[in-house]
Amino acid sequence: MAVRGVVLRHGTRVWATVRRAWRQSLQLRIVLITLVVSAVTVCGFGVLVAKLISDGLVDDKRVASLKQVRSGATVAAQQLSGHRVEDPRLEDTINSLLSYLVSPPEQGVTGLVVAMRPDPTKAKYQSWPTDTSVAPAITDAMRTAVVDQKQVAHQLRTVDIGEGETTYLVYGTPVPTSWGRAELYYFFPLDREIAASNQVARTVIATGFALVLLLAVIAALVTRLVVRPVRLAARTAQRLSAGLLDQRMEVRGEDDLALLAASFNQMAGNLQRQILRLEEMSRLQRRFTSDVSHELRTPLTTVRMAADLIFSERVAFDPAVARSAELLQLELDRFEGLLTDLLEVSRFDAGFAVLDPEPTDLSAVVRRVADRLGPLAERAGTPIEVGLPVEPVIAEVDTRRVERILRNLVGNAVEHAEGRPVRVTLAADDGAVAMTVRDYGIGLQTGEEDLVFNRFWRSDPSRARQTGGTGLGLSISLEDARLHGGWLEAWGAPGRGAQFRLTLPCRAGDRLAGSPLRLVPDDAYLGVVPLPAAPGAEPLREPARAPAREVADV
Amino acid sequence: MTAGSRNSLAEWNIVRMRARVLVVDDDPALAEMLGIVLRSEGFLPSFVADGERSLAAFRDARPDIVLLDLMLPGMSGIDVCRAIRAESGVPIVMLTAKSDTVDVVLGLESGADDYVVKPFKPKELVARMRARLRRGEDATPEMLTIGPPGNQITIDVPAHTVSRNGEEVKLTPLEFDLLVALARKPRQVFTREVLLEQVWGYRHAADTRLVNVHVQRLRAKIEPDPERPEIILTVRGVGYKAGTG
Repeated sequence: MAVRGVVLRHGTRVWATVRRAWRQSLQLRIVLITLVVSAVTVCGFGVLVAKLISDGLVDDKRVASLKQVRSGATVAAQQLSGHRVEDPRLEDTINSLLSYLVSPPEQGVTGLVVAMRPDPTKAKYQSWPTDTSVAPAITDAMRTAVVDQKQVAHQLRTVDIGEGETTYLVYGTPVPTSWGRAELYYFFPLDREIAASNQVARTVIATGFALVLLLAVIAALVTRLVVRPVRLAARTAQRLSAGLLDQRMEVRGEDDLALLAASFNQMAGNLQRQILRLEEMSRLQRRFTSDVSHELRTPLTTVRMAADLIFSERVAFDPAVARSAELLQLELDRFEGLLTDLLEVSRFDAGFAVLDPEPTDLSAVVRRVADRLGPLAERAGTPIEVGLPVEPVIAEVDTRRVERILRNLVGNAVEHAEGRPVRVTLAADDGAVAMTVRDYGIGLQTGEEDLVFNRFWRSDPSRARQTGGTGLGLSISLEDARLHGGWLEAWGAPGRGAQFRLTLPCRAGDRLAGSPLRLVPDDAYLGVVPLPAAPGAEPLREPARAPAREVADV
Repeated sequence: MTAGSRNSLAEWNIVRMRARVLVVDDDPALAEMLGIVLRSEGFLPSFVADGERSLAAFRDARPDIVLLDLMLPGMSGIDVCRAIRAESGVPIVMLTAKSDTVDVVLGLESGADDYVVKPFKPKELVARMRARLRRGEDATPEMLTIGPPGNQITIDVPAHTVSRNGEEVKLTPLEFDLLVALARKPRQVFTREVLLEQVWGYRHAADTRLVNVHVQRLRAKIEPDPERPEIILTVRGVGYKAGTG
């Protein structure tokens, strides 16, 4: 059984290889088809030719033999005319007659056997050479034709009549005698004819085989002529798509292949022009972004400094002007934040953002972010709880970006926590690090898990206006996470709070397989924090994580 | 004697407070505003608006610190920075509109000690400038030695000199401070954040590029083979420490 299994498996593998080769190589396919078709054709022709030739040989032999048989019959009739059937000398006469018939002067044929029976009532045939026994070689049909119908009959028989298995052309003829019905049989051996026809067959087979091989070689060569430029075109196309836009095919001659090459080159040229045009546009766009950045930032700096100066002197102004100075200061902060975020977004859109990874202890990052947001959390009456592993969690990340993501997540959580604690957890496994930021605020409506990452998306426009965010924070965070090859996902349920999870690969450039932390918190539906029961609370389920999945698949 | 020393200290303080600043910026409004702020903070600013004349202005003004805009007509801020650094170790603070890593690193590599991204708050700028100017206050006689045997670096703290195998190595004041910070506590690992606070006077900053670039510049000057450092060692995932051999 095991052996059969191995053989079966082996066979399956070989079959798969053959099938793949058949599918993949046009050349192989054409050569094989040529081989099969030409083999069938050549085989048919060969058989036909061999048959025609050997039939011709046998026909010649038959004509010559018939002549000999007729003359033999005449001679025999003459010889036997003076005898009666009871004549005791008849046997000797027949013997000498037979020996004469076997060796007629004009025939160089060896192996000829002649047999005679003077009367059908006698069982025994007299034959020459005498050591042969011809009786089994003469069929009833032949005997009937000769004896009863008095006709010359012939037949092909392969028998052993004393000289080894040989194919004979057997002729039977009646010999008219005084008593009536003597039979004369000739056994012409066909050795030479068979040898000749075998020779013909061999020649035909050899020629056919050579012809088929030659055709296969020709097919291979001709296909190569066509396939080579096609393969060349495929390779050039691959290089083009890999970004080597200068790749072109060589145009030789004026045939179809030259046309293919020329059209290909034309296409490549058009593509190159288009791509260069788009690149130029993108470059101008980036340049514009950079210029806007500089041009906008310089006057903003001056305004900022002036506003600061006015702000620091506000106690000397009357209340309306003093308040104006405060508003100016506050709104400048917002304006600055918005400008910075917009430029960051445009940098991502232009594909201009570059990851700058270095081994970093993420525990330190988490602690730093918690420290920095401490005052904000205190004002909101929301404690920030930090859960860190004992050992340092070191990963190759862009610290600036990870800190920005975390600052965004924690800041958002504090804003939406409604005075309940915000919990930041860090964990790591072999391939990935994960951070979750959990709050117990109003949570997210169904379907909002993806929407929160949209630019300028606000869950409740009237409410969110009060908070200071630019509306771009989470979408920038998502881009930052993607740049790392990481995931940023959200979970939330109405009245149950929300949890954001950032998962990053430990080594920059690795693919993420999973996350060390769960996206849906364990206390999601436990009601650990007393909250009014949400209307239509949903059963536990893994929420959609479409945006992050996209990251993982890229 | 006591009065004299107090007097000289006061004088020294005045000199320190009235530090000369060369502002290299092509935007007249920003330059004027910077002038107002700097004067109100007790600096003595002078101005130059284009890159080509900035070197001559630098030689004339002999400033204690340079504020340099990276985008300038004539000669780029990077080139000006290199030219000044070639003849002086004066602190240079870049003003840049770009916070992209490439631009920042290019500026730092051309010799700037620190950078501020526009739009900055005046207090922030002044704090950075003060941090760059605040030096030599704890001038206790101190000699430090670091590095593996046979390749040792000797630091004379009050004299502000560094020598390798008896040969003096020229360091900018910032590079000197960085080296001293590491050398004072050999074997202790400094995180980039701690170095930022101690050397640059930052608080709560995560801009590690500043530290990385300056460590590289320092290594280029004192390490026999900067690719395989022996004097300032990287501790993966944490920061840097002085090698003691």
